[in-house]
Amino acid sequence: MLEITTVHYLVLSFLLFTTGLVGILIRRNMIIVLMSIELVLNSVNLNFIAFSYQLSDLTGQIFAVFTIAVAAGEAAVGLGILVALYRLRHTTELDQAAELKG
Amino acid sequence: MEFLTTHGAALFFYLFAVLALVSAVMVVSLRNPMYAAFSLLVTFLSMAALFVLRHAEFLAVVQVFVYGGGIMVLFLFVIMLVNLHRLREITKFVDHAPMAVMLALLLVALIGYVFLSVAFGPALVSPAEFVSVEGEVVGNSQAIAWQLYREFLLPFEIASVFLLVAMIGAVVLGRET
Repeated sequence: MLEITTVHYLVLSFLLFTTGLVGILIRRNMIIVLMSIELVLNSVNLNFIAFSYQLSDLTGQIFAVFTIAVAAGEAAVGLGILVALYRLRHTTELDQAAELKG
Repeated sequence: MEFLTTHGAALFFYLFAVLALVSAVMVVSLRNPMYAAFSLLVTFLSMAALFVLRHAEFLAVVQVFVYGGGIMVLFLFVIMLVNLHRLREITKFVDHAPMAVMLALLLVALIGYVFLSVAFGPALVSPAEFVSVEGEVVGNSQAIAWQLYREFLLPFEIASVFLLVAMIGAVVLGRET
């Protein structure tokens, strides 16, 4: 019980992943949806690091660096889209962005 | 004191795991995006602590810098940019929320069963592996830099081009038209 194994990290990372997934699915506010996507990406990092430790291989940590880079780019572009949506519709509600041509 | 030195890592794991989970649930459930952003910050910081517990010191620092610094400032800036008072009228969850939560719980039960039935055996780790370059013990960041600039040079350069593209995209999207 007091020995922390890879399975502990897997369960924690999966619970965080599911929390983020639920946030993406059920929230209307686009800001919160973007935050939930960050949660999902971060929980994947936890998985990489747990397996990097398990297999004693640095490659997992290298991959996590790339995941962080992609998450940063995704946040910048996503928030740019959010600002553009707010200019157009004066809301951050995702249901308001259902039309393809506004 | 003896208990702390033998079981300290486990205690810290459970402390930060609970902290990360509770604040993650708060991110998803709180109405005000400002509060959600700050609980997201708590999640990121406790995950950095969990990285340290798995000998990923460099990544823990990067996590605090990039997530706790850059991304969090970006989120707070945008929350302040959009008008918060309009957000009070909207309903928080979509109509099919109960079904989504139920499906997620089903997924947890399924994958959780798989996780609890596998055994990985003892970790192969010797912490020296994470801090050594060609047999010489250096540090975690130096070992990562060694790998990143040699074996993973091309992906590294592609990532930098990707970041440039993302930056230009964000500027173009956020521009006044």
